[in-house]
Amino acid sequence: MRAERKGADGVMEQVPASESTVTLEEAFGPRAPVVLFDRVRLSFDETEVLSDITFTLLKGHTKLLLGASGSGKSTILKILLGLLKPDAGIVWVNGHRIESLPEERMMPLRNDMGMVFQEGALFDSLTVAENVGFKLYEQTRMPLDEVRARVEEVLGFIGLSEYIDRMPSELSGGQRRRVAIARAMATKPRLLLYDEPTTGLDPITATTVDDEIIKLRDLEEVSSIMVTHQLRDAFYIATHSARREDGRITIVPADEAKVREAEFIMLRDGRIVFEGDAEALRTSKDEYLRTFLS
Amino acid sequence: MLLERWTKASLADLQGYVLLVGRTLRGAVSRPFFVHDVVEQFEQIGVGSLTVVLLTGFFTGAVLALQSGITLDQFGARSLVGRLVGASMILELGPVLTALMITGRVGSSIAAELGSMEVTEQISALRALGADPVRKLVVPRVLAGLFMVPVLTVIADFVGIAGGWVIATFQMGVASGVYWSSVTEGLFWQDPWVGLTKPFFLGFVIVTIACHVGLNVSGGTQGVGRATTRAVVRASIAVLAVDFFLTKLMVFLFY
Repeated sequence: MRAERKGADGVMEQVPASESTVTLEEAFGPRAPVVLFDRVRLSFDETEVLSDITFTLLKGHTKLLLGASGSGKSTILKILLGLLKPDAGIVWVNGHRIESLPEERMMPLRNDMGMVFQEGALFDSLTVAENVGFKLYEQTRMPLDEVRARVEEVLGFIGLSEYIDRMPSELSGGQRRRVAIARAMATKPRLLLYDEPTTGLDPITATTVDDEIIKLRDLEEVSSIMVTHQLRDAFYIATHSARREDGRITIVPADEAKVREAEFIMLRDGRIVFEGDAEALRTSKDEYLRTFLS
Repeated sequence: MLLERWTKASLADLQGYVLLVGRTLRGAVSRPFFVHDVVEQFEQIGVGSLTVVLLTGFFTGAVLALQSGITLDQFGARSLVGRLVGASMILELGPVLTALMITGRVGSSIAAELGSMEVTEQISALRALGADPVRKLVVPRVLAGLFMVPVLTVIADFVGIAGGWVIATFQMGVASGVYWSSVTEGLFWQDPWVGLTKPFFLGFVIVTIACHVGLNVSGGTQGVGRATTRAVVRASIAVLAVDFFLTKLMVFLFY
């Protein structure tokens, strides 16, 4: 069995599987990764969807998963949430090994994760407030006025306070995505997963969604994995940071160290073909990457 | 090859259904309970289906009296029309027609609602938010089906017999007292129990099939449309089949 490793230019090259294995101790060290994927494989019938996927995500960092449709990006998020089980490999999330956990034991672990689905996946029959506070209303004993206060706080953070009692059908596409972000962050999870949060949005609305993702990462220290094929949004998130000055939040170009913290992973047919920062991706000479970036 | 694939798919589907039933039963007797959702479903399935059940029950009883009156007249037994309407409604037509009406109204709506939630990833979102879709969505609907279908059946039985009374009294000239005593005389003591036991099973079968079909939708909005049809067809056939086997069992046990 062979896996892959990142070459000097970030492009993955074949290496023996034994060399590429991430040690499990890594999950328990002081700089323990929030997420660890170790040679994860998954097939649907005869089709291999993920093949030897290995990566780690550190606290407060962002992983940007790029790739064409059907390359396996969203599948990675579903495995992280325990919605799908891999055929082989090891998955650690927030210090728990989850690849074979049954649904009942996976439920409490999901409290520390938030997921923003492609179209928002807001519950049609519930108001914005009920959507955002869903987990708090249904699964905690928090008093209702405290839940309401938290919902107002979160909606205020994303600038949608006035929509608190609206129904999802009354919101625009961009607002729905932002409410979905608010719902995902309501319980202050350590890890946020975004599945194509800007697909189908115009560039201006997409930027407002990107800004929310940056604010959560930099101001709330939430680690995040974002799946997208919108290069513009991926580079924007990687190269900008949020700053709070005199109570005002501004989005500014990030410094070099911050830019390097955002790592890109390019998937092709279920395999990682590139792993590196924005600069390495931009300067890559790999033909497939060049085609994808052009 | 095609037969093999069809057999495998059918067995996988059946396995999925059995697993769903198992998880539903477990969810119905263990925490957490979503009481608010249960109350909402009782209202939607029970109260929401009242009009259709009242109309179906009334016209079925009325037409039964009308049709059987012609036959009974040939034997000079017009006064026995109540006996025929009562027994038919309580034993068979009440439970089965109510179940078929609920299948059309509730089964299709459950399959469409859960199917839409599936294709728009709301089911995945529920799981991502730490809620079990079976406990949150399926258990309340199944409980509502289990308890409201019998209630609706009793109402349909009564309204059907009343429909028969209208025809018997005002068109066929049967005295009101004769009609009602004929209704009660025509029943064995086991009949009301048989008529009341069936709807519990039928309600359970209708809702679990609709939920299973809805939760397994694929293929976008087109898939939702197909699932709605599939749920109604499967549940209708199941209603008739379960009714047959239950009747056979109860005839064996009680008569």
